[in-house]
This record gives sequence, C-alpha cells and structure tokens, in this order.
Amino acid sequence: MSQFLQVFLSGLSTGSIYALAAIGFTLLWQAAQTVNFAQGEFVMLPAFFVLIGIHWLHLPLWLSLIFGLIVAVIVLGLLFKKVVVEPMLPNGGLPLIIATMALSILLKEGTKQFYGAEAQPFPNIFPQTTMTLDGAVISVQDIMNLVVSLGVVVGLTLFLNRTRTGRCMQATAQNPEVAEILGVNVKRMVLYTFLVNAALAALASFLISPIYLAKFSNGETLGLVAFIAAIVGGFNQIRGALVGGLLIGVLDNLTATYVTTEYRAALPLVMLIVIILWRPQGLLGTSEGRQV
Amino acid sequence: MKRRLTPILLVVGLALLIVAPLGQTDYIKYILSSWLIFAIAAMGLNLTLGYAGQISLAQASFIGIGAYTTALLTLAGVPWIPSMLAAMAVSFLVGLALGFPALRVQGHFLAFVTLAFNTLFYLVARNEDWLTGGPYGLSGMPRPDFWLFDTNQNLPFYYFTLAVFVVAAALMWGIVRSPWGRAFKGLRENPIRAESLGVDTRRITLLAFAIGSAYGGLAGALISPLVQFINPDSFALVQSIRILLMVVVGGAGFFFGPLFGAAMVILLPEFLRFTEGYYLMIYASAVIVLMVFCPSGLIGAGQALRERFRPGHRVRGDMKQGSQL
Repeated sequence: MSQFLQVFLSGLSTGSIYALAAIGFTLLWQAAQTVNFAQGEFVMLPAFFVLIGIHWLHLPLWLSLIFGLIVAVIVLGLLFKKVVVEPMLPNGGLPLIIATMALSILLKEGTKQFYGAEAQPFPNIFPQTTMTLDGAVISVQDIMNLVVSLGVVVGLTLFLNRTRTGRCMQATAQNPEVAEILGVNVKRMVLYTFLVNAALAALASFLISPIYLAKFSNGETLGLVAFIAAIVGGFNQIRGALVGGLLIGVLDNLTATYVTTEYRAALPLVMLIVIILWRPQGLLGTSEGRQV
Repeated sequence: MKRRLTPILLVVGLALLIVAPLGQTDYIKYILSSWLIFAIAAMGLNLTLGYAGQISLAQASFIGIGAYTTALLTLAGVPWIPSMLAAMAVSFLVGLALGFPALRVQGHFLAFVTLAFNTLFYLVARNEDWLTGGPYGLSGMPRPDFWLFDTNQNLPFYYFTLAVFVVAAALMWGIVRSPWGRAFKGLRENPIRAESLGVDTRRITLLAFAIGSAYGGLAGALISPLVQFINPDSFALVQSIRILLMVVVGGAGFFFGPLFGAAMVILLPEFLRFTEGYYLMIYASAVIVLMVFCPSGLIGAGQALRERFRPGHRVRGDMKQGSQL
C-alpha cells in the first residue's frame, strides 16, 4: 500500500507537468486551430534559456528563471506566431502541421549544435528532501511540482473565466467572427493565447528539467505525451487536458511498477487509439460543431 | 504539363537514372539505391496522402514490416521474390487494418492514431527479441541472386532497385489513372460528393491505406538486402516524419513529387556535407519557408511559376479540407 501511494503520488506529480504542456496545446488548438507538433521542443527549450542565464550571464537562479520565462514567451510565443503560424494560416492545416514538424527538428538540432548533445544538469528549484507518510517515502519535489502545476491551472482557469481579457479569449476561441463583431480584438486575443502557451511550456520545462535533466531530445517523449494527454482528456477543454495529463502520469507509473517496464510507453498509445476511436472528443470534451 | 512533352521527359529522366551511378564511388551508388527505395515508400504515402487525402504518420512502420518479413524469410532460405511478395501482402493487410480508424476520424486525429501505431510497432520490434532480434536487430540478409545477374556489388543492386522502382512507378501510374485513382481524388476533394456520386468511400479509404502501405512494404523488402542489417531505430517515428516531409516537400498529389522529395531528404545531405551538423537546421528552415510560400511543394512551386495565372487549385482544395478539420 505504501508503495502504491508512493508510485501514485509521483505519477500525479509528473502528470501535472504533462498537463501544463497539454493545456497549452489545447489552448492553441482552440484559438488558432494550430496543432503544434513542436510542443515537446517548446517544453525542452526554456530550460536551456535558464542555463544560458546561469552559465553565460551569471545570474542567480531565480533571475535566470524569470529570464528564461521572458525569452521563452518572446521566442516561442511571439516569434512562433508572427514568423511561423501567421504567414501559414491562409494555406490551411497540412502545411502548418508540416511546418511545426520542421520547427521541432530545427529547435532540436539547434539546441544540439549550440549546447551540445549531452544532458545538462539543471538546478533544483525545490529542496531534495523526503518525508514519510504512512510508511510511504514522498519527495517534497513531487509535492511541490504538483502544487505549483495545479496552482497555475487554477489561476489560468480563473483568468479565463473571471477577467475581461480571459472571457474575450474564450469568445475568440468559440467564434472569432461574432467576437470580432462584438468588439473583441481577435488578433490580440490569439496572440495572448500563444503567449500563454509559451509560458505554460516554460513552466513545465522548469519543473521537469530537474528530474529529467536538460537534453535536446527531451521533447520527443514530452511532445507525444502532451498530445496524448490533450486528446485523451478532450481536445477542447482545459480540465480535459488536466485530467488527461494526470491520468497518463499515474497510469504510466503504475504500469511500470506493477505490469511491465518494456511496454510502459505502449499504454498511453493504446489508450490514445482506443479513445480516438471510441470517443474522438475525449473523455471530458464536447464534440465540436466545427467538424461537421 | 504538355502531353507531348511527357514521354520525352520520361525517357530523358530514365536515361539520367541509368547513367547516374556510373563512375561514382561505391558509397554514392549505395546512397542512390536508398534514394530510389525511399522514393517507392514516399510514392505509397503520396497515394494515401496526396491523392486520397488521408494523412498517415506510419509509413516507416510499413517499411519495417516489409523489411522484417523479407529478412526473416530470406534468412530462412526463401528466395527474394516470394519474400518480397509476402512482405507486400503483410503490409497490405496491416495497412487495411490501419485504414479503419480513418473511417472514423480525419485530419490531425488520424495523424495521431497513425503516429501511435508507428510507435507501437517500434516498441514491439524492440521488445520481441525472439522474432526481431530486439535492439540488435537482424543482420546478414543475402542479396537477391538471379542466376546470371547477381546483386552483391552495389552497381547491379542499383539497377535491380531501379528496375523495381520503374515497375512500381508504372503500376502506380496505372492505379492513379484507373477508376480507383479518380475515386481517391474524389475522396480527397469532397468525400460527401464522392459518396453521393456512388463511390464507396469506405472501401476506397481502406484501399488507399492498404496500397500505400504495400508500397511501404516493397521499400522494406529492398532495404533489407541493401543494408543487410535492420534494427528498430530505422523504422521509428522520426523516419515516418521524414517520409511525410519527402511527400509534402516534393509536392503531395503530384506523381513525381515523391521522387524529388526523396532526393531532397536523402541526396541533399550528401551535397551539404560541408555544413556538417547544420544540415538538418538548414533543411528544417527550408521546409518552413517552402510551406509559407508554396504549400504545394517543389513541383507545385514549379507549376506555379510556369502558370502564374492558374494557382494550384487542386492542391488548395486538399488543404482547405485540412483546415476545416
């Protein structure tokens, strides 16, 4: 039982980080119909911005984190939208999918060229202590990851539901034409969505890199998990992506501990195929009128 | 393209392909063979994606299925031709099965299902040691030997690949021109209208996947004796993305698109060797720029230049459907 609790909690902790990436993915899909195949690299890269801050600019950790966040929001939010997505929008879906795939290669190779192929140690943000609860050894890092991620998700939900800007963003996602008529600055709202996505990816990056180390190829698995979480939970719901992320984190850990380590990566994939075929809108999602 | 020019261009192209490896180093002959092989795989994906409009990120897994089938059979002493036919048959059947999700979902959802399939294939190939040799793969597959014509050297193997490529391309030409080919395009342009005109969209969707996959299997049947070593990494998701890039960069829905696309992906790195590690970055940037300015690929770019007044409507329609999904 204590082992179960341990495995379950660490699964929730990684799952909550997956959820951050998955939520960003979902937001981009809603606001701009952009399926971002580079989302994994978006989570991989900000950790390197922080490392640049620490090693090259000699900033303290907290300042490097802020530096990393700002650079990530500018590069992965603003530039991504202006340089890659915006010119591509009139061309439709497939070219954009291909372009984001190419972008993921570009970011991966770029990082490898400029920062080396070895995994870089990333400073711990939270203390590395453990505590014992009912016989289970629980790391404070896991708990803090979970608390921070859930805090961010709650904050984001409040922002989207309670503030004027948030509601304008929702209106834009639901029906851009009507939103425009009602006086919402649609372009600006779409831009905000890209910025929020970049910020979420950066946060996920800061939380996961102390565990996985910063490596150029981290994005491959992270991106896949983010897609799967977003789809399993529901492509058009924030809470769907949250549930999807947590579910995958927990199931992944449980499979690895109790069933098979060789096929641990297979479970989310099988889940994905089953969900897509059985409930394409996801567990919590509502089907989109747009598709018809 | 003018009708009268086509046969001349074909003959010139074929002559170029025959002359290409002469006087080159052994390594270049090897690269040229692998270019033609990937062109076959990309041709299959072009049928699924370019003509029938069904996105698939699983082509590498079909090359894998073909390669493993051929490797296992030829290692067991079966000649190459029956092994190749078996490889194509297995890929065809698995492709048929993978087509079923496409009946339910489209666009990026389909991309994710096929992507998941490719990763599952990779996991199985890596973990089932008793069949696939696990991470160490299989090696020592014999090259096909046709009595007088023995392909142990790279030059005969190139001509052997070229012959298979020409036959495969001719078959594909036939398929694209056949009623099936028109049905594929109908499916891409407007599935509802195709259905109402009496096209069995269900059967056509499955066929598009199955035939495309069988071409993947054929490519696998050639990879296996060319490299004489296969392991799961050669058929990972990255490879599927590479093949998808070949199709789109070359020009999805254009017959010769995959040949140019495969050249971009396989041959260009050899010319860009001097850039060392930067090749992939240059390549990725080029793809993004191409997608911004000419989403219909290299051939599309050529056509757009030639016929400035007629933008590529055919391909745009395809893209438009993608954007709605």
